[in-house]
Amino acid sequence: MKRVIIIGGGVAGMQTALHLRTQGIEPLIIEKEAELGGKLRGWHVLFPSFTPADEILTALRSRIKQQNIGVRTSTEVKSFTSRSVTLSTGETLACDSVVMSTGFTLFDARLKEEYGYGIYDNVYTSVDIERMLNEGKVAMKDGSRPKRIAFLHCVGSRDEKVGQHHCSKVCCITGVKQAMEMKKLFPDADVFNFYMDIRMFGPGYEEMYREAQIKYNIHFVRGRISEAGETFEGRIQIKAEDTLTGRPLRMSVDMLVLLVGMRANDDNASLAAGAHLLQSPSGFMQPRDLFLNNMKSNTEGIFYAGAVTSPKNIGETLNEACTAADAVANYLSE
Amino acid sequence: MRAKGNSWNEYQKFIADDDYYYGRSCIRQNFFPGSEKAFLDIMHNDLGKNFFDDPKHSSCTGIGYHSDVVPLETTMTVVARQFSLMNESGLENFTTSCITSFGIYTEILETWKEFPETEEKTRENLYKATGREFTIPKCMAHTSDVMYHFRREIGERAKHRLINVQTGEPLKVVDHIGCHYAKIFPKAGVGGSEFPYVLAGMVEEWGGECVDYPERRHCCGFGFRNYLVQANRGYSIANSHKKLESMAPYKPDFIVANCPGCSMFLDRWQYTIAEMEGTTYGENGHGIPVLTYEEMAGLVLGYDPWALGMQMHQVNVEPLLDKMGIDYDPAAKYLGKNGKYIGKPASAVVNCAPIDTIYDMKQ
Amino acid sequence: MAAINFGFSISKPRAINMDLNNLNKSDEILHEMPELQSCIGCGACTAVCTAGNLTEFNFRRVHTLVRRGEYQGAYEEMNKCMLCGKCRLVCPRGINTRGVVMLLKRKLGDF
Repeated sequence: MKRVIIIGGGVAGMQTALHLRTQGIEPLIIEKEAELGGKLRGWHVLFPSFTPADEILTALRSRIKQQNIGVRTSTEVKSFTSRSVTLSTGETLACDSVVMSTGFTLFDARLKEEYGYGIYDNVYTSVDIERMLNEGKVAMKDGSRPKRIAFLHCVGSRDEKVGQHHCSKVCCITGVKQAMEMKKLFPDADVFNFYMDIRMFGPGYEEMYREAQIKYNIHFVRGRISEAGETFEGRIQIKAEDTLTGRPLRMSVDMLVLLVGMRANDDNASLAAGAHLLQSPSGFMQPRDLFLNNMKSNTEGIFYAGAVTSPKNIGETLNEACTAADAVANYLSE
Repeated sequence: MRAKGNSWNEYQKFIADDDYYYGRSCIRQNFFPGSEKAFLDIMHNDLGKNFFDDPKHSSCTGIGYHSDVVPLETTMTVVARQFSLMNESGLENFTTSCITSFGIYTEILETWKEFPETEEKTRENLYKATGREFTIPKCMAHTSDVMYHFRREIGERAKHRLINVQTGEPLKVVDHIGCHYAKIFPKAGVGGSEFPYVLAGMVEEWGGECVDYPERRHCCGFGFRNYLVQANRGYSIANSHKKLESMAPYKPDFIVANCPGCSMFLDRWQYTIAEMEGTTYGENGHGIPVLTYEEMAGLVLGYDPWALGMQMHQVNVEPLLDKMGIDYDPAAKYLGKNGKYIGKPASAVVNCAPIDTIYDMKQ
Repeated sequence: MAAINFGFSISKPRAINMDLNNLNKSDEILHEMPELQSCIGCGACTAVCTAGNLTEFNFRRVHTLVRRGEYQGAYEEMNKCMLCGKCRLVCPRGINTRGVVMLLKRKLGDF
């Protein structure tokens, strides 16, 4: 039986493994964390249907178990070629092909120091909000209920200042989703979303955006927050331009939520060097082309699945994993 | 203001330990006349460092440049001449007392790096005009960088600390950083541009506590062409007004600034606002004293406030001196160097205090 | 006070200050016509506006300002509308723009 090593056991890696197995191939997932699931762990519900993230994770994990797919967790990959994977322990595993599904890294909001994340108590990231929703405890630092909440889109995306020129794609819809969740929890609160462009690319997204506006009365202000400071009362003062009226705008809020983007993993470079792979200017891995060979790398026998090549939502990632598995199967039968 | 967990905390720009060529500011000796002398005295007498105060050194042209009357090529050539004077005195480190100059120097150095043809042209211009040549300084520091660099040594010699002697509490200090210190190149400043640590480092070392208020990063409104024309000053004063309104709830004991324009505006505009609107921002109807970092260091080291030139402030500094437990002679305030009466300003709303303050009792 | 003539006064801030603005009227308006909140700022209404092509009238800008609690002058601005209805024809979000004009006039006569 042909053996394929899948680096990264997130949604992309698990789905790829499952589809390889149905084609009679033996997959082995290598995951650096202690459990499978990748970034989806810790997410609360998924847009636009409010499907619990756990539902997806549980289904994928139990299928992996049922299919008896080989998994090595808490295991890090140091380098690889199309025929072998070397672990950080020095151990080398032989294989017939490799799928790289190492995903992405969340942008560290502290780098946009003007927003005061990690400095001011009531500045949060979208990841913090998902965690708080999961814990069933969304509140300000001192435990009280927020009366005014601001979301800021594009933190660590479309921003030359932090070397992230690309659009992270899913933050807009995440902002809409979280704004609605906040409004459900705090119906009396005013919620403001500060956006640059609203990019509703997926099925049902635009409808969700419209619902947020009309049904939830969420205020969308087109303009980037320029800085945040803490007020005497411990609230967060923000400044932006309301570009559609051409006037500067300022307000204090109880919570400022930064919608952090996806960036390329730091170790993409070293992994790429070992396997002679190309990276796109954004640092994500560059597929052979963007159309007929978008799951293949520029090196024979090495394939990509999921957000390792660019920011993607869960649905796209799952689909892409199936396509990647097909491409691997074709390659192995040649 | 330093922030916990800030990504700049590990970064330290290069500040040389000794042997500097000293560049003066054009305007500071009028507004805060003792500050530059205090800096040199502290460096020479207290710390035993070598700073060369060169009479041949000129304006960097920054005021003219930012007022649209001096072209950039001229400014570059004048800056090149300063570097040539530094070479002539056998020094390799340059420090300037003015933030505008510091901005001019750092920006020109970066321009020469990015566009080497502009450096070539400058060399040609300087040679044609003066026959001089120059090398680029090894260290380019603002004098507040240098003071920050020696904050521990100064702290060890402190006669007074930034502590309220009546309560034992640290003094609350607003540290205001000139825009051209780190907003042009965050790497040129200590602590970057959002949370600069250059003044906060001194304040904390000497026992005080910095205040983070919402408009901390806002410009004082100086801006050259924006205040040079009288009709534009409403815009200029509005910026200081906004900052003062924002910091007032924190009840700062004083403001310290590292820019000639900022110290001047934050001090003088308090007078104007008080006269226009009757509003004062300090305790007991007083304004908030505004210090230069040299004056702050001078007080810490036990210099006489009148020798530091603090009688030239618009907002009276006596309430602060009392808090710090500094002994001063009220009668000597308006006596000049030779004991000659230098004149006394008319009473101003910004300084009118109820009679029960320590300051007035002393008077 | 003000014995000294400085020749200038302290400029008033231009910023929309959401801490000072009272959003009650805006909330009332949005409650009666929630669809107004779905404006995507495309400007089609202003592009076809009969009045806006000849005067400073900008329907999109005025209703956006009203939503931020900036009511002053909105009533007078709405008086410039000729109620021709072309804006409603072109609005991609299906906002009853003529209705908005009438609503703002009804709600904001006092500002």
